[in-house]
Amino acid sequence: MSENRSEYLVEVEDLKEYFPIRTGFAKTTMLKAVNGVSFKIRNGETLGLVGESGCGKTTVGRTLLRLYKPTGGRILFEGNEVNDKNMREYRKEMQMVFQDPYSSLDPRMTVEDIIGEPLDVHKLYTTKAERRDKVLNLMSLVGLNAEHATRYVHEFSGGQRQRIGIARALAVDPKFIVCDEPVSALDVSIQAQVINMFEEIQEKLGVAYLFIAHDLLIVHHISDRIAVMYLGRIVEMAEADELMSNPMHPYTESLLSAVPIPDPETARKSKRIILEGDVPSPLNVPSGCPFRTRCRYATEKCAGEVPPLTDRGGGHMVACFKK
Amino acid sequence: MAGNEKKPPLLEVIDLHTSFTTDKGEVQAVNGVNFVLEEGKTLGIVGESGSGKSVTAYSIMQILEGNGHITAGKILFQGEDITKYTAKQMNIFRGQKCAMIFQDPMTSLNPVYTVGDQIMEAIRIHSDKSKQEAREAAIEMLKLVGINDAERRMKQYPHEHSGGMRQRVMIAMALASEPWILIADEPTTALDVTIQAQILELMQDLQKKLNMAIIIVTHDLGVIAQMADEIVVMYGGRICERGTADDIFYRPAHEYTKGLLHSIPRVDNMKEKLVPIGGNPINLLNLPKGCAFCARCDEAMKICIEEVPPELRMPDGHLASCWMNVKNHNYVEVSEDNE
Repeated sequence: MSENRSEYLVEVEDLKEYFPIRTGFAKTTMLKAVNGVSFKIRNGETLGLVGESGCGKTTVGRTLLRLYKPTGGRILFEGNEVNDKNMREYRKEMQMVFQDPYSSLDPRMTVEDIIGEPLDVHKLYTTKAERRDKVLNLMSLVGLNAEHATRYVHEFSGGQRQRIGIARALAVDPKFIVCDEPVSALDVSIQAQVINMFEEIQEKLGVAYLFIAHDLLIVHHISDRIAVMYLGRIVEMAEADELMSNPMHPYTESLLSAVPIPDPETARKSKRIILEGDVPSPLNVPSGCPFRTRCRYATEKCAGEVPPLTDRGGGHMVACFKK
Repeated sequence: MAGNEKKPPLLEVIDLHTSFTTDKGEVQAVNGVNFVLEEGKTLGIVGESGSGKSVTAYSIMQILEGNGHITAGKILFQGEDITKYTAKQMNIFRGQKCAMIFQDPMTSLNPVYTVGDQIMEAIRIHSDKSKQEAREAAIEMLKLVGINDAERRMKQYPHEHSGGMRQRVMIAMALASEPWILIADEPTTALDVTIQAQILELMQDLQKKLNMAIIIVTHDLGVIAQMADEIVVMYGGRICERGTADDIFYRPAHEYTKGLLHSIPRVDNMKEKLVPIGGNPINLLNLPKGCAFCARCDEAMKICIEEVPPELRMPDGHLASCWMNVKNHNYVEVSEDNE
C-alpha cells in the first residue's frame, strides 16, 4: 500500500451494482440494486445507512468490500483505489459483521478456530501460542470468557454469537467495518449490550463503521452521520441530529414520521405521514426521481430528470427539486 | 373480582399455565398469567423471545403445537370458560368470537389458492352465505382494509401481493366474521416501517369502526406505546408488571421493565449511553425457584432467588411483581390474583 493519504478513510464514487435477472425466455433485465451512490467516511467515524428492504443498502456494504464486483464507480481506501489486484490486502483493512449470527458462523468449528481463521488467512502469527494469545485477547475485548474458546457456536445465545462474529472481524485489526444489520436479530435487552460494545470498540481502537440498519432510533443513537437510501440511490445525507430533526427529503420526512416512538405521550401527539402504496420493484424503477410515485409534492419535472444530491448548507445533502 | 350485578369482562385470563412436553423435559412456557381485556380496548403483551407472550396468545386460541397443553387456569370469554369448550364450540369461538393474525403473512396464506378463494372460505365456514354472497362480502372486506381494485386482487395468488398487502389480506380474512377480539402476534415485525405505519393505522381504524378489542403481542416498545391502552410485561413465562401504557412507560415498578426501557435510545436524548440488561436470555428448561429475572437483575436480593414475588398494587393502581417494592414499602396492597 502506498502512503498517498487522503482526508477520508473510505471514499465511494458513483458506485453501481447491477444484477442480471431472467425475466423471460432468453430475456434478461438489469436489476439496478445500487445506482450511483457516493459517500465518504472519515477515520473513526460511523456512517449510518438506512432504508427499507430492497433499497440496496446491504448491496452497498457488500460491494464496498468487493464481495460483489462493482458494475461501475470507484472505491478508494486512504486515497488509493481498490481493484481486483490489490483487493486481498485491503480485505485486511475492511471487515464485515453480518446480520444473522446463526448462519454466519460455521457450526463445525470451535470459537477459537472461527476467530483464528482470519489470522490463518493473513498469516498474522508465528507460533501456535501467539495465535491462542491473540484469540483470547479478542475474546476478552468482546466480553467472552477464555473457557468459551473450545466450545461450538450452538452452545451460545444470539448475543454471544454476534460477539464471536465481531471478534472475528476485529482479528485482522481492521480500520473499517461494515456492520450489516448487526443487532436486528437480537432481543431488545441484548441489542443494547451489543450496541454499547460497538461503541466501546470504536473508542478503544478508532475503527470506522458503515452501520447498515432499518431501525432508525438505533441508527440515530450510534451514527455521526446518516444516509437515507431509496431504490438504489441516496436521497438524503446529513449529521445524525440534523437529519432527524430537520429532514428535507419528502421520503425521509415520511420515514421518520412512521417510526413508532417508544413513548405513549409522543405517540398520542405525533402526526404520521402515511405513504400510499409500496416501494416500486427495482426491476421497474420510475423515470426521474425514484420516489415520485409515492411523493406528495411530485411535479412534472420529477418525472423528467433525476434530482442531483446537492448541499443545502452544513453538509446536509438532499436529492430533491423541492426547495 | 367483579360484583354479581356487574357484566363480566370480554376476556379474562386467570392463572394460566401452559407447558410443552419435550425430549429434555417439561417446558413451562406460561406460568400463572392473569389479565383482563375490556371491550373495544387494546391490550399489549410485550416481552423478549422465550417470555411466553406468543404462547399466551396461542393458548387463548387453543392452537398450540401437538406437545403443548394448558395445564391449569381459566380463560373466561364473557364469563364462560373456553378451556372447557368442546372442539366444535372452539371452532365457533375461533373466527367468530376471536380471530388471529400472524407475523409472517406469506406462510399463513395458502400459495396455491387465490386470495379471494381463501377469504370466501373463511366467510363460508362461519356463516351460511351462498358463494355469490360470500364473494360480495369478501370484496367488501378487501375494500375495508384499504385494498384498491379489490375485484382484480380477489383473483390473484398470494405471491402477487407485497408483504403489506398480504398482511391486509390476513386482516380482511380475520375480520370477515366480525370477531369481538383480534389477536395480532407480531403483526408488523416482518414489514418495513412505512408499511408498518400503514398496517397499525388500519388496525386502529378498524377497531373504532367495529368496536373490536385487540391483543397485540410484540417485542417492539415503540409499537406498544402507539397501540396499547393496557400493557402486560412478561419475562420467563410470568407477568412482571401490568397497567396502563402510561404506568408502564412513566412509572415502571419492576426491575426488568426499567431495564428494558433503559436498553432503548431515549427519545429526548438520543446520544445518551444505553444501559443494557446484563446476562443472557432465560432458559425455560431451567427456571429459577424465585423470580425468573433474578439472575440478570442488578438489585437481586436473597429472597428474589428463593421465592416468587407476589403481585402488588402500586400507589398509582397498576400491578407489579418485584421484591424491591416490598423492600421499599412501595405498594398499597397485595393483588387478589395471587393464589
